[in-house]
Amino acid sequence: MNSHTETMDKVGFHEEDSFLQGIKDCIPTLLGYISIGLAFGVVGSASGLKLFEIALLTILVYAGSAQFIFCALILSGTPASAIIFTIFIVNLRHFLMSLTLAPNFTNYSVIRNIGFGTLLTDETFGVAITKIMRTKKISGKWMDGLNITAYLVWIASCIAGAFLGQWIAHPEKWGLDFALTAMFVALLILQLASVGKTKLAKNLLLIGLIALCMYVFSYFMPSHLAVLISTIVVATVGVVIDR
Amino acid sequence: MSTTSIIWIIVGCALVTWLPRIIPFIFVRNVKLPEVVLKWLSFIPICILSALVVENLLDTNGSFVTLDWPVFAAFIPTVIVAIRTKSLSTTVIVGVISMAAIRFFV
Repeated sequence: MNSHTETMDKVGFHEEDSFLQGIKDCIPTLLGYISIGLAFGVVGSASGLKLFEIALLTILVYAGSAQFIFCALILSGTPASAIIFTIFIVNLRHFLMSLTLAPNFTNYSVIRNIGFGTLLTDETFGVAITKIMRTKKISGKWMDGLNITAYLVWIASCIAGAFLGQWIAHPEKWGLDFALTAMFVALLILQLASVGKTKLAKNLLLIGLIALCMYVFSYFMPSHLAVLISTIVVATVGVVIDR
Repeated sequence: MSTTSIIWIIVGCALVTWLPRIIPFIFVRNVKLPEVVLKWLSFIPICILSALVVENLLDTNGSFVTLDWPVFAAFIPTVIVAIRTKSLSTTVIVGVISMAAIRFFV
């Protein structure tokens, strides 16, 4: 390898792994953060949350679907313990994502690793795992650039939405309450697309079972509990039929 | 619900969200989850997301559980757009417009 190529490689390597490149690689996901964040702010204020509570939820919990579910549960007067347990179950998927990413950061300090995990979302996970598949390596600076950009844009969008929501008196008249359902539909379709065609039939079967469980359980328990128990039952069925 | 209790619920939610996010990053060198647990976790996203969609489609107010027809009517174009575009933002926008149109005309 001549010196020219070597220099190019070093420069290329450096730029590829920089904080700035992390910010750049976050940009394609920002439209998603902004539109869902705005919708969340509006739904949050429609659910009777104060601006301060919306900001706190966004800053501390930082998870799109969980924040929407939080509003729905607060609105339906769900007890605190059930809300926290539901949010735990809803966000448990992050555990799997962290578990997938963590082996790539073992040479960084525990504090840096806690930082990577704290700001992990579905979207940053998606971008990071794509980067690892493509370049076979990932740097802490790049991860921080990606994570911090996503975090700040999400907070700004949610708070902007909350301001917007104060002027929209009846969000359900504008269909805004459906933003929640529509987002779950889109996330579900994205999940189905990501698991691939070979497993599609089995996943559709599981969705059918969920619909059946939800219908039956809804006669005996509040809907948030039906969501939890249906999920636990059908995920177990998924493991059994996967053997 | 009072602001104080909402703040405590938020703090609780933050804690149970944060721990699963960071624990693998702290312990990945030492612990390995059993294959069957990982498999079970891999089914959670699809199961919980479909359960949440179904929850919104059901009307549980009457003596029988039925479909919530206006919501179901908005659900159909939303699913089609989600499959076609695979885009969160487009799906949300189309879903909201469909729901608003249905509430306006029905």
